[in-house]
Amino acid sequence: MTRQHRRITGWAAAMLLVAALAMVAAGCGSSGGSSGGESKASTEIEGLGSSLDEIKSMAKDEGEVDLVIWAGYADKSWAKTFTQQTGCKVVTKDGATSDDMIDLLSTGQYDGVSASGNASVRLMKRGDVAPVNTDLIPNYADVSEGLKNQDYNSLDGQAYGVPHGRGPNLLMWRSDVVTPAPTSWSAIWKPSSTVKKKISIYDDSIFIADAAIYLKATKPDLGIDNPYQLTDEQFTAAVNLLKSLKPNVGEWWADYAKQIQSYANKDVVIGTTWPYQENILKADKKPVVAIKPKEGTTGWSDTWMIYSKAAHPNCMYLWMNYIISPQANAKVAEWFGEAPSNPKACSFTTDKNFCTTMHTNDDAYWKNIYYWTTPTADCGGKGGTCKTQQDWVNAWTEIRG
Amino acid sequence: MTSVPYEQPPPREGLGRRLSRYFYRHPRLSLALLLAVPLGWLVVAYLGSLFVLLLASVWTTDPFTSEVVHTYTFDNFRRIFDEPVYRDVAWRTIRMAGLVTIADAVLAFPIAYYMARVATPRARNILVVAVLMPLWASYLVKAYAWRTILSGAGVLNWALDPFGVSFDGYSTTGLWLVFTYLWLPFMILPIYAGLERIPSSLLEASADLGGKSLRTFWRVTLPLAFPAVVAGSIFTFSLTLGDYIAPKLITSQQFIGTVIYDNHGTNLPVAAAFTLVPIVVMVVYLLVARRLHAFEAL
Repeated sequence: MTRQHRRITGWAAAMLLVAALAMVAAGCGSSGGSSGGESKASTEIEGLGSSLDEIKSMAKDEGEVDLVIWAGYADKSWAKTFTQQTGCKVVTKDGATSDDMIDLLSTGQYDGVSASGNASVRLMKRGDVAPVNTDLIPNYADVSEGLKNQDYNSLDGQAYGVPHGRGPNLLMWRSDVVTPAPTSWSAIWKPSSTVKKKISIYDDSIFIADAAIYLKATKPDLGIDNPYQLTDEQFTAAVNLLKSLKPNVGEWWADYAKQIQSYANKDVVIGTTWPYQENILKADKKPVVAIKPKEGTTGWSDTWMIYSKAAHPNCMYLWMNYIISPQANAKVAEWFGEAPSNPKACSFTTDKNFCTTMHTNDDAYWKNIYYWTTPTADCGGKGGTCKTQQDWVNAWTEIRG
Repeated sequence: MTSVPYEQPPPREGLGRRLSRYFYRHPRLSLALLLAVPLGWLVVAYLGSLFVLLLASVWTTDPFTSEVVHTYTFDNFRRIFDEPVYRDVAWRTIRMAGLVTIADAVLAFPIAYYMARVATPRARNILVVAVLMPLWASYLVKAYAWRTILSGAGVLNWALDPFGVSFDGYSTTGLWLVFTYLWLPFMILPIYAGLERIPSSLLEASADLGGKSLRTFWRVTLPLAFPAVVAGSIFTFSLTLGDYIAPKLITSQQFIGTVIYDNHGTNLPVAAAFTLVPIVVMVVYLLVARRLHAFEAL
């Protein structure tokens, strides 16, 4: 290479570098400016029809709805009926954790999400989801009043979605290995030698709340009230409990398919699970039992929310209406193993006792089920100082070691 | 005054011709235009994204919504240096990458040697295809297949059972096996190419001078093939260093990749700061590899 050549290349490269960095910097600036604005309670979404009839006809043109879901929330057996009724094809993506779902929705490729409480509050705050006009969702009127206008699905009295259903996180074990049948979470926190190294634990920081629930029952001195609002001392106790659990964990799961495989192969024999895995394993004739232990448990109350810049808002509105219709709500509740949000669903389940088994209207049963929510510094408005979501996430990396 | 005879103006040239003349007179401009697209891609898409990543590492997040807040701080780096967990994870990952590289080199060398110097052309072709074949299957399928093999109820434990041995497959050792399998082709191919380049005359000369085959191997073949081994190790080392899917599927332990993956949604700045660790490790590794003449063997 001659000297002149080298000078030319150097000059060209330097010029391009400056141009590129300027472009990148400009890109950063603009993305920073658009986020974090105050969310107005206007239910207008670009491209959404103003009446149900208009929505129905516009949905035919959209022809598709893209959803971020908990596994099994939009199975073919009822999604197909929706497509036949509305002309909207259902495309889904499973989220493994609430953080995962927030991440997926913020890519902008989806129209809506089945958000649990620890995702929904953050999504509302971030402005990623839009308020909904419940007048355009006829089935909303049938939803249990107790699930409407909760702090995880509304803001200042404005609904931000439709309640989907609720359920507990369960303690599940293989009955051919674990005897006698446990009744308490101590089965994992104080494991017997048969289950050591064979415990299956949900791999997400929200599981710290499960430790807090056990401490609430066994160490009343700590004064834990809400497992998601923990002071420094309470939080440290929960984290230490989890660190002592770590050597006994066989597998940390976030992918439900991974957990099903591990239970089926006896690589794990006890742990925490969703009713969905229990149903699949039981359908596969695997000897598993799942219960809500006596200390209570964490759980979820899910909400279908619409992305604030949804590409298919009309299909999404129709989906929100469809999934809480008695027939569809019955199907999804039975498939996943949760209590439906629409009481009318109870007469459409294949198992006529399903709603009783799921304690749909049994308030006493839900009393010690703590729905997932996002930990906040102000202890959920109670005052004092609590550990934040960020503290939970950081602690989780340390616990996992 | 003398009258100037009227001259016919030359016919107007086409645009293409004039442009080409212009560029001929301005070689710098033509070079800049020629390089603009590939260089632009490299700088914007490649270095640009790296730059944004590094920029993100000095930002912070909203403790409630986990959104990135553009406040500059070095807390993320302090966190990574102070918290022992990040150091443990980094060491664990580097150790794994080193062990995988050694295992792959030991396995790949005889195979590559056979392919390059012993096998008939027909057998060689078959072996090349056999080595490349696994690369055509999806990485995810292979990782899941190993998950099944390593399970307590899997093939491996079934085969070990008659000997009264059981193997905890979902462990660091299990992951080491999986990585060694996954990256083996990346080690075989450079060594094969390196061995093939050694002129037979050198080996013959060694024999003529009384070198026995083992001595020839140690004194001639191995030193000449070593840069190729280092070249292959760049792949096995860097691929292990950055992988997060196999660790997620096989073990419950955290590696650099899994920590970054788990934090990218909830704490992007910490994840970005942690990516500096593999970047620094790889830069050092590449500098050493360059001294060992690995780049000439690529």
